[in-house]
Amino acid sequence: MTPVPRPPRPSAFSNALTFGWRAVLKFRHVPEQLFDLVMTPIMFTLLFTFVFGGALAGSTGDYLQFLLPGILVQTVIFNSVYSGMGLSTDLGKGLFDRFRSLPIWPLAPFAGLMVGDILRHLIAGLIILGIGLVLGCRPPAGLPGVIGAFVLLLAIGFGTGWAFLVLGLLIRTPMTVMTLGFTVLFPLVFASNIMVQPDTMPGWLRAFVDRNPVSHMTTAMRDLMAGTASAGTILLALALPVAMTLVLAPVVLWLYRRER
Amino acid sequence: MQDDTGTAAIRARGLKKSFGDLEAVAGIDLDVPKGEIFAILGPNGAGKTTFMRLLATLASPDAGEAQVMGHDLASAPDAVRGAIAMTGQFASLDEDLTGRENLILLARLWGFRGRAARARADDLLSEFDLSDAAHRQVKDYSGGMRRRLDIAASLIVTPGVLFLDEPTTGLDPTARQKVWRLIRGLAGSGVTVLLTTQYLEEADQLARRIAVVDKGRKIAEGTSRELKSAVGSGFLHVALADPAGLDAATEVLETQLGHKVQRNAEDTRLSVMAETPEAATAAITALLAAGHEVADFALGSPSLEEVFFALTGTPPEDDA
Repeated sequence: MTPVPRPPRPSAFSNALTFGWRAVLKFRHVPEQLFDLVMTPIMFTLLFTFVFGGALAGSTGDYLQFLLPGILVQTVIFNSVYSGMGLSTDLGKGLFDRFRSLPIWPLAPFAGLMVGDILRHLIAGLIILGIGLVLGCRPPAGLPGVIGAFVLLLAIGFGTGWAFLVLGLLIRTPMTVMTLGFTVLFPLVFASNIMVQPDTMPGWLRAFVDRNPVSHMTTAMRDLMAGTASAGTILLALALPVAMTLVLAPVVLWLYRRER
Repeated sequence: MQDDTGTAAIRARGLKKSFGDLEAVAGIDLDVPKGEIFAILGPNGAGKTTFMRLLATLASPDAGEAQVMGHDLASAPDAVRGAIAMTGQFASLDEDLTGRENLILLARLWGFRGRAARARADDLLSEFDLSDAAHRQVKDYSGGMRRRLDIAASLIVTPGVLFLDEPTTGLDPTARQKVWRLIRGLAGSGVTVLLTTQYLEEADQLARRIAVVDKGRKIAEGTSRELKSAVGSGFLHVALADPAGLDAATEVLETQLGHKVQRNAEDTRLSVMAETPEAATAAITALLAAGHEVADFALGSPSLEEVFFALTGTPPEDDA
């Protein structure tokens, strides 16, 4: 074997792109992961629209219009659990040991995970939107409203993703990451205004639902798609994702650099 | 890369690392010259892996210092990472990707672009006899193929020092021979190889020098021959036709030769130090006189297994 010298050191950006490429390859090799991502929201959309739609909103069409923006929020929040699972799996296999022993930008593997996450959110979101459109949902704000809503949606996914990266770094078993993630997320997602308006809920629950960040996200998504969004609602929806990024990104870094 | 003028690939002084109450590495000094295969031999839990992780910058020492290819672990970890490669005990590969994609991914991270990265991956695949499996996902690879790909992944850029953590654990004999040939070839091309193993045979076969590690400490170091002669020059090995007589035979040999008898892991052979050939002959005669049927006997130098036993007082892991 002839010795192979080291090429010029690549930029941090190039390292991050390489990890992004890995995320894209994963989609090609494991397309069934998309099935995991979209099956639950599709079932929710169909069941709630056709079973409860008429009773809740007078007609299935009206209810779908109400439900779809919230289902999109639910989709990306649930999906972010999978990135924590993926990280936990990678760490368990020693793959990250190799990355850590390479002379690369230490954050590059996470930047790559984020690229993968955003792609996943986008693909899952588009599939749900497509099904909604087929079923007759027509966002009043048209294409600009939908684009605005999707930008917000990706920001929500990006922000919540950090929480599950922290879990992925702390917990060695991917299944535990999933169980723990859903234990926290189920009450947050259901005790919100995604499925129904909180008007008929008992007072204590309404107090929670009104303060639940998921409700703020859902309201902003609805308003964006309806063309009635105000800067205030959007800022309120972004508050948690921004706060999580600011607080948890340094925690992720610290946990990653800390030796295990 | 800067020119490394020194001759030491690795120089470690007093490296220590504890996890809670457990002192995994309790002060190890090590000097490995460039271009050598050096083995760290010890049973499970001796601290071999932790020691290697310290040198590969995957963990930081509590005390002590070390230089790898002239770069200091503490002050220039990134330069160390640029001069080493590590293949851990568990395959550090992405199982969902193909073998070729794994190598391209790493080549790009090292700085090869587009076509150069693909060419590097293809070269390595053919060097490691994996071209046919290039487009298969790693999860469909056999243990031996995975190990080869894992080592190939460490050679994208020829490292100054290659760390191999138990490179043949879990491999069948054929796959193990293949990996051994590969490691010898690497050393032949100037790469320093530091490997850990619990297989005495592996250390004996591959390494020019061996450090024996137990409970986080280095208890001996030298060439295989030096280690053997440190323990005693002559060893009498006896195999009995009837294994039921092993206990009685042990007693006879110990009385005759005045040294403790060791049994091999399979309970088929007795080994005992013999000061002179005459003493060994007398011991065999005594065995026969006591009615034992000797199937086979030999006078030779001790095996590494016996060296380990003599040094630590406990037998090493079964050399399966």
